[in-house]
Amino acid sequence: MKFRPHIAVFLAPAVIVYSAVMIFPLLSTLNLSLFSRIGGERVFVGLENFRTLFGDPRWSASFWNALGNNTWFFVVHMLVQNPIGIALAALLSSPRLRMAAFYRTAIFIPTILSFVIVGFVWKLILSPIWGIAPGMLDAVGLKSLFAPWLGRESSALTTLALISVWQFVGIPMMLIYAALLSIPDEVLEAAELDGITGWSRFWKIQLPLILPAIGIISILTFVGNFNAFDLIYVSQGALAGPNFATDILGTFLYRTFFGFQLQLGDPHMGAAIATAMFVIILIGVSIYLFGIQTRLRRYQF
Amino acid sequence: MAARTSLPRAIAAHAVLLSYTIIALFPVFVIVINSFKSRRAIFSNPLALPTRESFDLVGYHTVLQQGDFLLYFQNSMIVTTASLFFVLLFGAMAAFALSEYRFRGNLLMGLYLALGIMIPIRLGTVAILEMMVASGLVNTLFALILIYTAQGLPLAIFILSEFMRSVSDDLKNAGRIDGLSEYRIFFTLVLPLVRPAMATVAVFTMIPIWNDLWFPLIIAPGESTKTITLGAQVFIGQFVTNWNAVLAALSLSILPVLVLYLIFSRQLIRGITAGAVK
Repeated sequence: MKFRPHIAVFLAPAVIVYSAVMIFPLLSTLNLSLFSRIGGERVFVGLENFRTLFGDPRWSASFWNALGNNTWFFVVHMLVQNPIGIALAALLSSPRLRMAAFYRTAIFIPTILSFVIVGFVWKLILSPIWGIAPGMLDAVGLKSLFAPWLGRESSALTTLALISVWQFVGIPMMLIYAALLSIPDEVLEAAELDGITGWSRFWKIQLPLILPAIGIISILTFVGNFNAFDLIYVSQGALAGPNFATDILGTFLYRTFFGFQLQLGDPHMGAAIATAMFVIILIGVSIYLFGIQTRLRRYQF
Repeated sequence: MAARTSLPRAIAAHAVLLSYTIIALFPVFVIVINSFKSRRAIFSNPLALPTRESFDLVGYHTVLQQGDFLLYFQNSMIVTTASLFFVLLFGAMAAFALSEYRFRGNLLMGLYLALGIMIPIRLGTVAILEMMVASGLVNTLFALILIYTAQGLPLAIFILSEFMRSVSDDLKNAGRIDGLSEYRIFFTLVLPLVRPAMATVAVFTMIPIWNDLWFPLIIAPGESTKTITLGAQVFIGQFVTNWNAVLAALSLSILPVLVLYLIFSRQLIRGITAGAVK
């Protein structure tokens, strides 16, 4: 086969930018986690940073706290965001539904907002002082249920996870909706002739057919959650208060790498945390690719 | 014969969807209506629409007099449009190479470029910052454009190559017989045909760039390079008691993405249906 220069020309810009700004720094970050700064010089220390991260009680307590919180953050998304997204998509795809485009467009709007807006508006709504939430609960006679949810250690993380669910429910909704639309009408009509309609049609016909799409949204949720930072940072600050109750891996990485208030930034410990996050995400993605995706049966229409 | 939907079932579906729509839009609605009200009205009755007595644009005056805000806005526009341009151009070129030609390493190259869909670029931040410091690009918009271009490319290439496989071979071969170069075939025949897919990619790429806080905070926190998302975050910190100004600033920063989203929303669902979740 002769050399065709145009292939190289077409590929070069993307490959160069992607390799130089994404892949190379990623590898170099993994590498940096093996170094440390001792007396102003960068010294190779092997796995010393990881020994500190997992061995030093203060570091390891912070790490496991962040990982635990992050896992809970993910669990809330899987249990609340994805089922709601699937349910909304199933409703939207029901035949002859009027205004489907309007609902779809409106429900996706929170997803396009920045975290700064989302964090601020929910702080306002949930604020005990300005209090739209207390006022509204009062109006239906449930004022006693109100608590400063974002300020309490026991409820802050779950509240933030639910705010994030509110923001991102549009993504599973859109992807599942698209998957439902791609099921041919003949399949549904055949089911109808067999007397399978409504709920049982959803459970027996549509759900098995959209399992691959559910797999995709699960892994997207996983990667997104274990790399989240912004919402916690804008609503609780880099210290992820109250008392680190909302600290997740992203905020932990930021504080360690960049420093905050009295703590000095440490790029090498930051790189070690980034490496740990990389491993966690890699494990999740591998489980998905090899354990789940290959077992899902795909149907060709 | 389409499936029949009974009336009570349709009403129930509308009730659920409408309630969720209200939940989704309510917070946005609260910000926007209150940004047009006087300070006292914001506090005394946050849920009321602005009336003739409570209508007040003082928040918008404060924001616009704050000259920086327009600068932040401009920075965000530059970063977002430039990154979008490069993602679409470079992404489409690479997608064309991968989908059109059979060459050794094609599959491997495709996998390499797809890695970035699953692995977030943020994990490389430590080294990215070092690299930007070493090359003197800290606090430049160019650094952000580079980063966001790299960030957007994997998904763009993935979606666009799915679409380009569906462009008819006859058309391209007819072009070749007419003596068009491969470059002409790409730019004049193929690109116009994948425009709908480009719109989908544009929306997916643009939203995270416009809203990103992490990289502006770390790579370009300087006064002259702040993006509007970082600017609004700092603004909230400074003007924490000036709610009129904060609400006005937030309303203004919602506007551009909202307009673009509403323009492209039809394309978005079409693009997802056609390619992304096969």
